[in-house]
Amino acid sequence: MYHLLRQIAKTGIKTEAPAHADAALRVAEQRLRTGILGLFGGSLAIRAVDAGSCNGCELEIHMLNNPYYNLEGLGIRFVASPRHADLLLVTGPVSRNMEAALKRTYDATPEPKLVVAVGDCGCTGGVFGESYASCGRIANVIPVDVAVPGCPPTPVALMQGILTAISSGVPR
Amino acid sequence: MTALPGAVPAWHALAESGRLPDLARTIADRGGRLAALWGADGRERGAGFALHAAFVVEASLAWIEVALPAERPRYADLSSTFPCADRMQRALRDLLGIEAEGAHDPRPWLRHGAWPADAHPLRRDVPADATWPNQVEPYAFVPVEGDGVHEIPVGPVHAGIIEPGHFRFSIVGEKVLRLEQRLGYVHKGIDKRFESMDVAAGARLAGRVSGDSTVASSWAYAMAAESIAGVTPPTRALWLRALALERERIANHLGDLGYLGNDGGLAFGLAQFMRLKEDVLRVNAQAFGHRYLMDLVVPGGAARDCDRAGIDAFLGQCTALERELRVLRSIYDDHAGLQDRFLTCGILSPDLAAKLGVIGLAGRASGQPWDARVAPAFEPYDRLAVAMKLARAGDVAARVTTRFEEIDESIRLIRAIVEQMPGGPVRTSLPAAPGGRGLGWVEGWRGEIIVALECSGGRIRRCHVHDPSWQNWPALEHAVIGNIVPDFPLINKSFNLSYSGADI
Repeated sequence: MYHLLRQIAKTGIKTEAPAHADAALRVAEQRLRTGILGLFGGSLAIRAVDAGSCNGCELEIHMLNNPYYNLEGLGIRFVASPRHADLLLVTGPVSRNMEAALKRTYDATPEPKLVVAVGDCGCTGGVFGESYASCGRIANVIPVDVAVPGCPPTPVALMQGILTAISSGVPR
Repeated sequence: MTALPGAVPAWHALAESGRLPDLARTIADRGGRLAALWGADGRERGAGFALHAAFVVEASLAWIEVALPAERPRYADLSSTFPCADRMQRALRDLLGIEAEGAHDPRPWLRHGAWPADAHPLRRDVPADATWPNQVEPYAFVPVEGDGVHEIPVGPVHAGIIEPGHFRFSIVGEKVLRLEQRLGYVHKGIDKRFESMDVAAGARLAGRVSGDSTVASSWAYAMAAESIAGVTPPTRALWLRALALERERIANHLGDLGYLGNDGGLAFGLAQFMRLKEDVLRVNAQAFGHRYLMDLVVPGGAARDCDRAGIDAFLGQCTALERELRVLRSIYDDHAGLQDRFLTCGILSPDLAAKLGVIGLAGRASGQPWDARVAPAFEPYDRLAVAMKLARAGDVAARVTTRFEEIDESIRLIRAIVEQMPGGPVRTSLPAAPGGRGLGWVEGWRGEIIVALECSGGRIRRCHVHDPSWQNWPALEHAVIGNIVPDFPLINKSFNLSYSGADI
């Protein structure tokens, strides 16, 4: 236990304070809080859905919760069920084998809800395109509020995407 | 037998379909194993279909091609000799209509209803833009009956941030009697997609078969393309690739160690290891311009060089990681609660691992000595003497230990690579329109990735990227038997297999 506590003390707080991070991140943090407060009463619950990605986008979604970005510290957390979620963070392309599951996940998410499409494949179908096995971009299957390009998009880009979604007005 | 030129020892041979079962048994008896299985449609060239199998025999790859008739193409089941063939055979039937005669499992694998049973999208007379009405079909899970037995269906959308797949548990109380996986949810038609691409464009797709193994699979693809073109990349490019491959291994192992701590109830581990992983990704971005090193490995070499500042950052990180890992490993090792979760949990015995043909990291944690960096030791690993990290316990603890030790070895390798890496160019051009066939074979962080490529006139005729998850997913079904349901996430994470890589 001593070593564990010592390691925690030695590591210190890694979360990048707005003043030290790049400008984009700082703006994201400040406006993010305002946006959430306005719409979701102080917190935002995200359900991540992999609808067919290569798992590259999932790697970066995971990184959102590392001590540097500390998304949960902003009141944004990932939840285990769409029924608990305000926002779906969807990676793609949507495989045809996931088409029904994605629609059902969307339907299970209570109103008001937002959808952020993640990655080049989520935005356009990307390198996989549309085929017998792929429906292409997320918007071909469920309504999308914000699309975050990148292969994969960085954690900062993902935060900005979430910000854009919750400041885009009334959720559908 | 025709020797295929290139970075790994490989041969191509034709075999008659009647001789296949004997051939497979001979290979198995001599300690060989099935590395990949795929098929091709040659009907428009006046041939029939073909079954392709890659076997690892004494540190070389044997690519066996079996011609099959255009009408009712079938071959004798291989899964009785190599159990890992089962899902590959079912996928082959779904995509090409090539049947394994005598196979015990007739159910579809990749086909969930996006195309009908009598359609085979990978056949060449099916246009690239063909689609069918998507009608999800029911799947006959194997029922388990008895007093108090009930089922827990999980997925395809899981509770965590992970890829989709369905797990069907049959349990009594908390104890798992049987786990049945149903995968294929992220089938994206990658093999078909390759056929509309030229060799250069295919590199991007190959690097996205499983995003977490992008360096390994794009290297294996480049190896196959270079074999066809008869081109050897500049030496510096090969060393840069190895540097990138070890960085990819470290990043993935760090992430897994964090999540294994977390799933064992130690959130401290997640915070610490994800911090270290982020440090690794940032240095990757600084040195190579991409956090995950995507599109760095290209046919002919590397897309970019690394300057002295990047090299210094890598070396600095080796020192920092070594120091941090020493502390974190002793915390993991001394933490009674964590060890209680890890030890004897999710055991895959060496015997069973050998029977199932388990490879890669999970295989090595169950005593299976396969590591393509050791044998055949493709360049530059032939000059690095990689120390294989083996364990025999086959439990979660063994897979944790193997990860710690492999990171240590990768740190040693990165230092050796930086020291020995020659200067010079990092890319050479490939001839405009190469044709022929080539194989690639690279040990990624999860296990070996094999790429079989056939081109003509610079266009891809057939490309199959084989992820080690094909072999290792069935082993997970066995490893959870007798464990309690709440240990499944921990066991699953300790294997950390790719859905996308095997669903292709």
